[in-house]
Amino acid sequence: MDGSNSSAAPAVTYVSGPVVKATGGHRLSMNEMVEVGEERLTGEVIGLDGGTATIQVYEDTTGLKPGAEIKGQGMPLYAELGPGLVGQIFDGIQRPLAELRERWGDFVRRGKAGTALSRERVWDFKPVVKAGQSVSQGEVLGTVQETEAMLHRVLCPPGISGVLSKIASPGPLTLEDKVAVVESDSGRDIEIGLFHRWPVRQPRPYGRRLMPSEPLLTGQRVIDTFFPIAKGGTAAIPGGFGTGKTITQHQLSKWADADVIVYIGCGERGNEMTGVLTDFPQLLDPKNRRPLIERTVLIANTSDMPVAAREASIYTGITMAEYFRDQGYDVALMADSTSRWAEALREISGRLEEMPAEEGFPAYLATRLAAFYERAGQVKTLSGSSGSVSIIGAVSPPGGDFSEPVTMHTKRFVQCFWALDKELASARYFPAINYLQSYSAYVEAVSEWWKGQTGPEWMELRHEAVEILQEDAKLQNIVKLLGEDALPDDQRMILEGARMIKNDFLQQSAFDPVDTYCLPRKQFMLLKLIIHFITRLGDVVESRIPLFRAMELPVVEEIHRAKYSISDDEVTRFDELLQAVDEQVDALVSRSREAGDGV
Amino acid sequence: MVSEAGRGIGSNVLEYSGLQRITGPLIVIEGIRDVGFGERVEIVTSRGAIRQGRVLAISEKAAVVEVFHGTSGLDQENTRVRFMGRPFEIVVSRQEVLGRIFNGLGMPLDGGPLPFRGEARNVNGLAINPVAREYPEDFIQTGISTIDGMNTLVRGQKLPIFSGSGLPHNDLAIQIVRQARILSEQSSFAVIFAAMGVRHDEAEAFRLSFEESGVLNNVAMFLNLADDPAVERLITPRVALTAAEYLAFEEGMHVLVVLTDMTNYCEALREVATSKGEVPSRKGYPGYLYSDLASIYERAGRIKGLDGSVTQIPILTMPDDDITHPIPDLTGYITEGQIVLDRSLHQKGIYPPVNVLPSLSRLMSDGIGEGKTREDHRDISSQLYAAYARSKQVERLASIIGEEDLGVTDKKYFEFSRAFERDFVGQGKDEDRAIEDSLDLGWRLALMLPEEELVRVTREELEKYGKTAGIRHQE
Repeated sequence: MDGSNSSAAPAVTYVSGPVVKATGGHRLSMNEMVEVGEERLTGEVIGLDGGTATIQVYEDTTGLKPGAEIKGQGMPLYAELGPGLVGQIFDGIQRPLAELRERWGDFVRRGKAGTALSRERVWDFKPVVKAGQSVSQGEVLGTVQETEAMLHRVLCPPGISGVLSKIASPGPLTLEDKVAVVESDSGRDIEIGLFHRWPVRQPRPYGRRLMPSEPLLTGQRVIDTFFPIAKGGTAAIPGGFGTGKTITQHQLSKWADADVIVYIGCGERGNEMTGVLTDFPQLLDPKNRRPLIERTVLIANTSDMPVAAREASIYTGITMAEYFRDQGYDVALMADSTSRWAEALREISGRLEEMPAEEGFPAYLATRLAAFYERAGQVKTLSGSSGSVSIIGAVSPPGGDFSEPVTMHTKRFVQCFWALDKELASARYFPAINYLQSYSAYVEAVSEWWKGQTGPEWMELRHEAVEILQEDAKLQNIVKLLGEDALPDDQRMILEGARMIKNDFLQQSAFDPVDTYCLPRKQFMLLKLIIHFITRLGDVVESRIPLFRAMELPVVEEIHRAKYSISDDEVTRFDELLQAVDEQVDALVSRSREAGDGV
Repeated sequence: MVSEAGRGIGSNVLEYSGLQRITGPLIVIEGIRDVGFGERVEIVTSRGAIRQGRVLAISEKAAVVEVFHGTSGLDQENTRVRFMGRPFEIVVSRQEVLGRIFNGLGMPLDGGPLPFRGEARNVNGLAINPVAREYPEDFIQTGISTIDGMNTLVRGQKLPIFSGSGLPHNDLAIQIVRQARILSEQSSFAVIFAAMGVRHDEAEAFRLSFEESGVLNNVAMFLNLADDPAVERLITPRVALTAAEYLAFEEGMHVLVVLTDMTNYCEALREVATSKGEVPSRKGYPGYLYSDLASIYERAGRIKGLDGSVTQIPILTMPDDDITHPIPDLTGYITEGQIVLDRSLHQKGIYPPVNVLPSLSRLMSDGIGEGKTREDHRDISSQLYAAYARSKQVERLASIIGEEDLGVTDKKYFEFSRAFERDFVGQGKDEDRAIEDSLDLGWRLALMLPEEELVRVTREELEKYGKTAGIRHQE
């Protein structure tokens, strides 16, 4: 219909919230990034129909008028990848929020604001290749120390290979400078800078996928021991409000033993991002004693920021994660919350008047979720080193109901499911991960690692603990009807044992300086101690000694306190406690034998 | 039929006459040009009365406008529409806002003049840059044990009250406003009260209580009452928060904003969405209810380097007392906790009927402890939660097997539950408890249980605070 003005510059014809329609669609391409109006609002072409283009605008469109000009950027929505990402906080379309504050003050305004990565900052470049050498895509050309904790490897961008005709000598460089010139096979000279751009919706290439085998340690006992996630794995944390999704995500981003953390605050509270910004420069990484912020990239689309940018924030984040993976690092990506992202999809879909599927979500929700989680994985990179991206997505089911579409579909695509429980949370039992509903498909895969690092009986201990908890869950149904006193001692023993596993092992305080993080060795010894005590309770019951006698032993109090009182480097003290259990139980049993019968 | 009357009034104002279509609260005007999305609109009826509106969608040919006072009485031919060339704005200054009463759109109801000093501010506000935010951690003592002791409110927090119809949420809100003080200093404060669809007597009760406690000069009221047009409600909280942000971040005041009743706000949003023919999501509410609510609730907080703060206490009534209803559900996902009122406690005659188990303050852990409240605060609070949760299980058991057949420990829990509800939860409408008193009371109740049951507190705390709580009480 607009055939006549197909040559005219694209211009706005219709505005409704973040959805804009424009003429001149012939001059734009699908998913092309555009700038809209005088304020150069960032948008993306999401539909082309004849001469009409449909554009999703990532910023507030108040005041935008029909007739406003639209400029195509000639490439899809991209992220800038290079030194200067770590320690920074960006919005959903990678605008640097700290710089935005300097420019505009305390409130986020719309429009173009400089570049994502600083062009002024100077980096000390050290080449690792020489001119004349042939290089291929993904190969490391040199390094810059991005933060004390992070060595940034400057890569030959995907799609470029050939003979290196020039490489910068060691010394200071900015992002404006060129690092290398590669003469491609076709004889063309290609300049390479410290950074490159990559379209966020397109997964970055890698060599091949590897099977996950090593656990991504989180220092959280219920996760590491019961429902472990592997490096390169995927996990979902669903839970209604107030069940501790965000605390769990924060704990994981603090203590996960990854090299880089990408934290996406997707449609969540502003204060939570501020909390991360306040805490992370002060908290130290247990591995290298450097501040956590030196290995963290933050992306914030708080719930009051534009919805369309929320949809983009997830892709901006995963693209950065893949970029660090390609440098040979283990990356953990936290997305809090994927439900807000799905709702952003729904909102845009609604404005486009698409046919809704379940609960108003578009029919392509499942495909998008699958595509997102598939970008996780452990890989051989293009240059042959190994790197991984693990994805941990929070899910916020409406009303805490796990049968809603986002939770249901997410469940199909993730390997770990850490279900948060309202009842546990309301008794302030944290982490409120329901041990009966949760699962992990990586237990087998990481068991070899655990056996090697802790002890051959790791799998068995874990299995016994799970069995006791399941038995306990069955007995609790009877307890609800009859009370605990109605049960015989051999069944009450299970209840006491399960209580010990729950209170003294699974429950972990994020606020206690010792308990907030727990090394594998301590996790193993603590569980061993508890299981050993429960086993010995069996002897007590067999000798017909009333159970409460055993629960009054002084060692019980020490087991209760062990998670706080024994730090990670004092694990030998567990051996003393194991011995104390035996001594005290033996003494109890022999006393009762001397007395002749039950005490 | 549609004709352009030209730029009559101000330089940016465009006036048209005649409407193409009227549906629900929406009107469509054709033949317009140079109109922007979200622009403010004045609609002049054939009798000369002025109504306010806002552009919801705009194309080359037509604009869809949402009319805040409703479309009743508008006719297609003689209605004139003025496009103001600017988004919805209000003018705020300290002198002209505090001590005043306005309607839901910020027009004076007290006979005073329209504020004109100061800068015009877009009522939609802007998102606070997370980099600029200061993490809230200053304890506010409300004098209410269930809040101070177990769901602590801090300056810059948004902590809603989830209530049900007929429950005393207004009394609780009034008590919080009257008693709230920051422990360390007595700085300048203001209260912004925004009513959406509440009854005349409810609004009046708030006004009277402000007057009685002598704070009326520090209060600004924005009233959209039950018989005011529903669509106007969509703008009321935004007008009120624009005033609050000005007082907090320009004038350095600590502002407490009470928004009541958010359920009415959401219903108005649903009404407008439905008349626009949008695809509904849960229970007919639009899919963007979450983002829309967030654009209100997120306007709370503190900013680095500035003195003031905006603390929000939104009140909502849960339809059918259902906490999983989309309104409380989405609110809970955005706000930093919730205070949940409970009908069965209310029926037992306990005021305030706060059910602490589903209640939560997310910012509590940063606002309490040594130097802020007391070092044992976190542990004793956690202990009370654990004990009360267990005692509720025991109550369920007792209702099956009878109180007499409970075990020894369970019996203690059973007694604890009653005492906790009566003494800790229950308090007078004028009773203003210091935080130390609330904590000591908590200890005395916890010590009704055998000491070995108190696993969430340390031995040291038990000796230092627990054993002496009774003595301090005697003194």
